[in-house]
Amino acid sequence: MADTTITEEKKSEVSHEEHHEELSFLRKYIFSTDHKMIGIQYTITGGLFLFFGFGLMMLMRWSLAYPDQPLPILGFLVGNNGIMTPDTYNTFGAMHGTIMVFMGVVPLAFGAFGNFVLPLQIGAVDMAFPKINAFSYWCLFVGGVIMLASFFLPEGAAKSGWTSYAPLADIDIGLGQTFWLVGMIFLITSSLMGSINFIVTAIQLRAPGMTYMRLPFFVWTQLVTAVLLLLAFPPLEAAGLLQLMDRVAGTSFFLPTGLVISGEVADISGGGSPLLWQHLFWFLAHPEVYVLILPAMGIVTEVITNNARKPVFGYKLMVYSLIFLGFMSFSVWAHHMFMTGMGTTLNAFFQTTTMIISVPSVIILSCLFLTLWGGSIRFNTPMLFALGFLPMFGIGGLTGLPLGLSASDIHLHDTLYVIGHFHYVVAPGTLFGLFAGIYYWFPKVSGRLMNETLGKLHFWGTLIFMNLVFFPMLIQGMAGINRRLHDGGASYADATAIIDPGFYSHAANYLYLNKWMSMSAWALGLVQIIFLVNLLWSIKKGKKVGRNPWNATTVEWAAPSPPGHGNFESAVEVYNGPYEYSVPGAAKDFSPQFEKGAST
Amino acid sequence: MSTIEIPYVSKPRPDTGLVNAKLGIWLFLASEVMLFGGLFSAYVLLRIGAEIWPEGVSILNVPLATLNTVVLISSSITMVMAWASLVRRDINKYRFYNYITIACGLIFLVVKYFEYSAKLHHGLFPSESTFLAIYFTLTGLHVLHVIGGMLVLAYLQFIGSKMWNTDPARFTGRVECAGLFWHLVDLVWIFLFPTLYLM
Repeated sequence: MADTTITEEKKSEVSHEEHHEELSFLRKYIFSTDHKMIGIQYTITGGLFLFFGFGLMMLMRWSLAYPDQPLPILGFLVGNNGIMTPDTYNTFGAMHGTIMVFMGVVPLAFGAFGNFVLPLQIGAVDMAFPKINAFSYWCLFVGGVIMLASFFLPEGAAKSGWTSYAPLADIDIGLGQTFWLVGMIFLITSSLMGSINFIVTAIQLRAPGMTYMRLPFFVWTQLVTAVLLLLAFPPLEAAGLLQLMDRVAGTSFFLPTGLVISGEVADISGGGSPLLWQHLFWFLAHPEVYVLILPAMGIVTEVITNNARKPVFGYKLMVYSLIFLGFMSFSVWAHHMFMTGMGTTLNAFFQTTTMIISVPSVIILSCLFLTLWGGSIRFNTPMLFALGFLPMFGIGGLTGLPLGLSASDIHLHDTLYVIGHFHYVVAPGTLFGLFAGIYYWFPKVSGRLMNETLGKLHFWGTLIFMNLVFFPMLIQGMAGINRRLHDGGASYADATAIIDPGFYSHAANYLYLNKWMSMSAWALGLVQIIFLVNLLWSIKKGKKVGRNPWNATTVEWAAPSPPGHGNFESAVEVYNGPYEYSVPGAAKDFSPQFEKGAST
Repeated sequence: MSTIEIPYVSKPRPDTGLVNAKLGIWLFLASEVMLFGGLFSAYVLLRIGAEIWPEGVSILNVPLATLNTVVLISSSITMVMAWASLVRRDINKYRFYNYITIACGLIFLVVKYFEYSAKLHHGLFPSESTFLAIYFTLTGLHVLHVIGGMLVLAYLQFIGSKMWNTDPARFTGRVECAGLFWHLVDLVWIFLFPTLYLM
């Protein structure tokens, strides 16, 4: 009797434990409030969306290179016997932009890296509001699901561009655009809650001794990014609400009086202003550009100073430039609108502010170059990506100057040159920063290094093919080829020749580049497989490392790899600046922030 | 699982003088200001661009809105009294004043309901004119904020007040944060009332 009771008790204990484990799986991996797990959730979600958005683009590149020809093998994805219609092309284009910006890069650069690294770098146990942190992630998830669901609507997803310009977006038939707006409201809520959390964490949860001027530059970039998101996103939310009212309640916020749709005067109250949408949209979307690039700058700074084994050049100068840049980014938005007829006075104002805002970015970039001067550089994979970032972001920034001056913008506006410019900023710019970050912090997340050979292959392939995709765009754009054409400008170029047969068809001479760009884009996709293989292989089989594999100075390397719940075994104290490398007279070439007397 | 403790939840951090939640709510209010700021600038731009703009008095019910203004301002006063009672460690008085605040919110919503239904009854839909469109959008969003604030206050009245027994400082902080939000909702109405009804 006694024996059986004991076994029964044991049984119940076992089942109880199993039950407990099951619960904790859900709490640990799905509804976690731990900033590291939420960071990983953001990484996976953002990464998947990034690949999805890239996939849409690879399909679109077929239509650009071989317009109106059936897509081989993957034809079922676009319907219509595999021939991509202009409508489908527009849908893919709008969703590519939306997904890349709001569901790919922001969740990765801000949500993922910010969540995982920021609390560790300031020596905190977690974010200030762990539950709100989880709420932010799930808002992103719901917003993402709504956006993806809109592909399955009868009329398809939104197709008015990622900018959703009115009145086109207002009168678009079907529910796609409405889904887009509702999805955006969720994504905006996610970013707002996230940014509040980041700012409070960075201000309130700094470890003792971590003064503002001892914060790693990465933390500063996240802080400024959070402020930009906090103050710039609400006006877009306002604009989204107004457009939602236009579409659902039949108001005319963005519909002017006497609007003609398909040859008929629309039955609306009118009196709205399409320009109002552009103002509200770009008031968000220009700071948003800095939201995309600043975290990457932060990552690149960490990687470069660590691998140059030198303190970063002009730390305070960089921080002040960063703050100034964040402040100025609210006063440049209408440089996207030179062609709307705002008038020369406004154009002059906004082109002046645009020229001013380029100064702090150049300062930060110069500081990073000067950090390399005289350093003993280690060329590992994260460093290669960080070094690649510098000239690529440089090209992105410099090609922006002609767009920022209204006189030259008249020629370049709405051509592929614009696409080339901002892709240089975001693709080989931000994405290189993010890749550098993934290779750099992977040991902290998993306790293992990623494979160097595969990493270097990935870097060189990505560098070459990205340039082969985006540089021809600059040339095509200067030849006058319009963006948003599903045939890559073929009909546009022919039309010019038809009007005047003797006319030297300028654009037509550059159409052959379309095929090369498409091939390069697909090759770029293949190169990313190396990265995926490396990532998955290294989680299980990578070389095991200790807490500080890069001999770095910042506080996250004081925690075990991977850090447990609560991050540090004992409370951290900070004794010196973030980048004390190669201090003269010190015992080793790095003096961590968390080691007392390391720099003397 | 949740064995770790986040610092400065109920006690202020010495060098900033703030608890986390208070900094958080002020940042949230900043984003709210930008949200309503965006809508108000939309109002200004639309009005400047309009050929004719009706006077609010001719369409909207000013006496009812005045009543609502008084109700909301009173609720802000009782909100402060509720928080002050907690500072003086009088939970019963807090409960009393908080009830009044919630009741004022309810009165506001009932009055608003009558206003809305009168408009819709007369065929004055948002699609009728830009003025009505912005009226319904701005006041509608404000009503959503009132409802949100009331939900928070109701939570603090019933379930949330259990915290008073375990961590009174933190509970007082929560009431203060809810109060800050409630004052913003009140403030937005103080801007909405003259902008839409009187100008």
